[in-house]
Order: sequence, then structure tokens, then C-alpha cells
Amino acid sequence: MSPPVAPQGWSRWLVPPAALSVHLSIGQAYAWSVFKPPLESALGLTGTQSALPFQLGIVMLGLSAAFGGTLVERNGPRWAMTVALCCFSSGFLLSALGAATEQYWLIVLGYGFVGGIGLGIGYISPVSTLIKWFPDRPGMATGIAIMGFGGGALIASPWSAQMLDSFGTDSGGIALAFLVHGLTYAVFMSLGVLLVRVPRTGPGARGGVESAATAAGARSTPTGPQVSANTALRTPQFWCLWVVLCMNVTAGIGILEKAAPMIMDFFANTSTTVSATAAAGFVALLSAANMAGRIGWSSTSDLIGRKNIYRVYLGVGALMYASIALFGDSSKPLFILCALVILSFYGGGFATIPAYLKDLFGTHQVGAIHGRLLTAWSTAGVLGPLIVNWIADRQEEAGKTGASLYGLSFVIMIGLLVVGFVANELVRPVHPRHHIPAPRQEVLDVERQQPESA
Amino acid sequence: MSNDSSQSPPDRRGLIAFAWLWVGAPLCYGLYELVQKATQLFTG
Repeated sequence: MSPPVAPQGWSRWLVPPAALSVHLSIGQAYAWSVFKPPLESALGLTGTQSALPFQLGIVMLGLSAAFGGTLVERNGPRWAMTVALCCFSSGFLLSALGAATEQYWLIVLGYGFVGGIGLGIGYISPVSTLIKWFPDRPGMATGIAIMGFGGGALIASPWSAQMLDSFGTDSGGIALAFLVHGLTYAVFMSLGVLLVRVPRTGPGARGGVESAATAAGARSTPTGPQVSANTALRTPQFWCLWVVLCMNVTAGIGILEKAAPMIMDFFANTSTTVSATAAAGFVALLSAANMAGRIGWSSTSDLIGRKNIYRVYLGVGALMYASIALFGDSSKPLFILCALVILSFYGGGFATIPAYLKDLFGTHQVGAIHGRLLTAWSTAGVLGPLIVNWIADRQEEAGKTGASLYGLSFVIMIGLLVVGFVANELVRPVHPRHHIPAPRQEVLDVERQQPESA
Repeated sequence: MSNDSSQSPPDRRGLIAFAWLWVGAPLCYGLYELVQKATQLFTG
């Protein structure tokens, strides 16, 4: 499938909603917990078993983003969004069949394996295209899309809960809910498939598209140094950014994973205790900060530079953790404020990384490079909860209560953020020996962007 | 060809509005639900 080239007069402002239609859909993954209790009671599952589809989905997200990135670059965003749509929706349809027939393995296979491929391909599908359309504001452009991934759970969580209330929480009701999810997401994501376009390249770009897009900054032909995805893996810059992302995500997950019990524990021994309802409100507020950070901080990176914004995420993030550890239990507003800032940096770190990659490796295969860097996310997804939960359990066994359950975790988080800060400081421009020679680069781009109907 | 390139490009404002409404409406619903829940921190 040839990448869909923008016709004359195509607006670049049609590309972010195309990306959002995919990211808002696949972001549903973080609302999987809504289905856990009904599945456990309807199919007699344990909590660990009911988490399997989500866990497999996240593993498949990382794998398909890492290994499918080159295919996405070669075949273009419409192909990638079509694959994401088919996999994500058919994952739900398979799950519906699994729930209807009470065959849990079909739900794991459908939602986890098939749907997980849709998550990974869908996540990276619009990144490279957005950066090409918005070379003047790549941070803002990718921030909009990646904000959608955070927003997807905000939509799906109440929507799925209401659906289960209406259809019932027995296996038939769950099957119907999965079916409606699959069909609705297929329709919703189709907007992205239909709207997404890559900017024109070469002489054909003159005229309408030139005035509408290029004048606004869109550029299909890469400018500046370009590095292929395979070569990028051999550069220290890639691995420095891998460490940066991994440390930043681990620090964010450290709060996110145990947010509700954490705020309750912190103020358990004070006069201002926090109820379970208020703790749920705190978790919701953290989600808002996560989302706001994705668009806000990522757009700010266009103004102050990628390296500087990661200095803020990692340096100020460490200070926020230190503030919580030292004074958090004495002031609820301070605790909430610091946690919100940390979560906004967590979201910002995700959203800014594609633009950082573009700055270092160019736009040539930035989607594929981004896909491979997401393995840092998978690692952090294991590391963050492991640190916080393991340490909290050991501290509890040692007879500690309240804020002291988390003190050591926070010290470790500060250490990880410092490691990330140092890795960010080590990032330098990629050595010219890794660059793709200019003539070969032009040939590759012309090959990749043949118009659909020449 | 020169005529094609001299034609003014079609007006896409309607399509842009539709596309942003398509993604904006469910996002607003999600944000509304989020705000409802987040206020529990101060009232719960």
C-alpha cells in the first residue's frame, strides 16, 4: 500500500484528529480494570487471571511497536491505522465470542494478543506523519496524539461501566459489551484511516499543497541529518534516550501504581485522613495531570528545546519526590501538588520523546526508532510497580505504617531520576558517520512517497 | 496541469470542524466524567 499523499489544499489540521481517533481508541487499554470484577464473577477467575489480557496486550504493544516500526515506515500511516483498526476491533470481537461461550482463553488471545498488536501499531502509526506535517512544532503535534492515549481511558472507563450496568455483568452482558466496543471503535478509528495523509514531496508539492501545507511548515522531504532505524540502535544517543524514558516512566509509575493507597497511608496517622472516595478523586486528578502534561510540556519543548525540557522532567521531578519524602505527610496540598507535577512530567516524557528522536535522527525513520524506544516503557512498566510494591510490602512486614512505607521507594525514585538526568546530559548530536548519505536518502524518500494515483 | 495548479484549493473548513468534533465530543465526555470524579478529592 502506498502512503496516501495529500491532495491540493489538504490542511495539516486534519492530521491531528486522524491521529486522535486512533489514540483515543487504543487508550481504552488502561480502562481494562472495568472488566475485571465482572469477568472474575462470571467466569470464576482470580485477580491475576483477569489481568492477563491487559498484561499480554501491553507486552504485545511493546513488541509490535518495536518490530513493526519499519513496516509502518515503509507502508505509511494509512496502512498502519488500518492494521490497528482491524486488530484492535477484532480483538474485541474475539473477546465477545470468548465471553459468550465462556472460553476465557479466547478473551486472552483476542484482547491481549490480537488487540495488543493493534495497540502497538496504532501507537506509532501517526508519529512520523505528524512530525512531517508540523516540523515547526513537532512537540505539540505528537503531544496531541499521545495525549489521546491518556484520554482514551478517561472515555472508556465510564462508558464501559455504564454499558455493563445496562447489559448486565453476566457472561452474556460482557459479551455484548465487548461486541459494542469492537464495532464502535472500528467506526471511530475509520476517521483516522480516511483522513490521514502524508505531505507531498518533490516537484509535485508545488502549487496548492505548497501553499497550504509547506508554507505552514509541512515538509515531506527530510531536512538535516537522517539516520536509519537500524543504525540508530548502534548510537549512544538512542540508548541515552532509552535510559531517560525508562527512568522518567518508572518514576511516574511509582506514584501512579499505588496512588490511592499511598495518599491514604500518608495521612493515616494525621488529623486530616483521606477517605477511599477522596483517594479515587486523587487518582482521577492524577490522570488529568498526566494528560495535561502530554500536550502542555510537549508543546513547551518546541520553545525551550528537548534537552532542557527533560532537564525539567528529571531534575524538578527528583525535587518533587524529595519534597514529598521530606514534607509530604505534613501538608496535604503540598503532597497533591508534587504528585500532580510528577504525573504531568510522566505524561510529558512520553509525548516529547518522538520530537527528541526527530531532532537527533531526523524524520526518515523516526516512527520505527520510536517503536524500538518503547521497549523502555515496557521495562519501566515492570520496574516501577515492582519497586514500590515490593518495598512497601517489606516495610509493612517490618512494622512500619503511614508515610514511612514509601520513604525508601522515593529515595530510589530520586536516584533513578538522577540517572536519567545524567543520561540526558550525555546526549550529543549523532556523529555524521551514522547519517544516511544525502543522494541515497532522496531516492529512498521518493520511493516511499509515490502518489496513490500518479 | 498549469490550470490545475492555479485553481484555488477546495475549502476544507467543514471537514476540519467535523473531524475535530468527532474526536472532541467523546474527549469532552471523558473530561466531564473525570472532573466529576476528581471533585471527590475535595468533597469525599
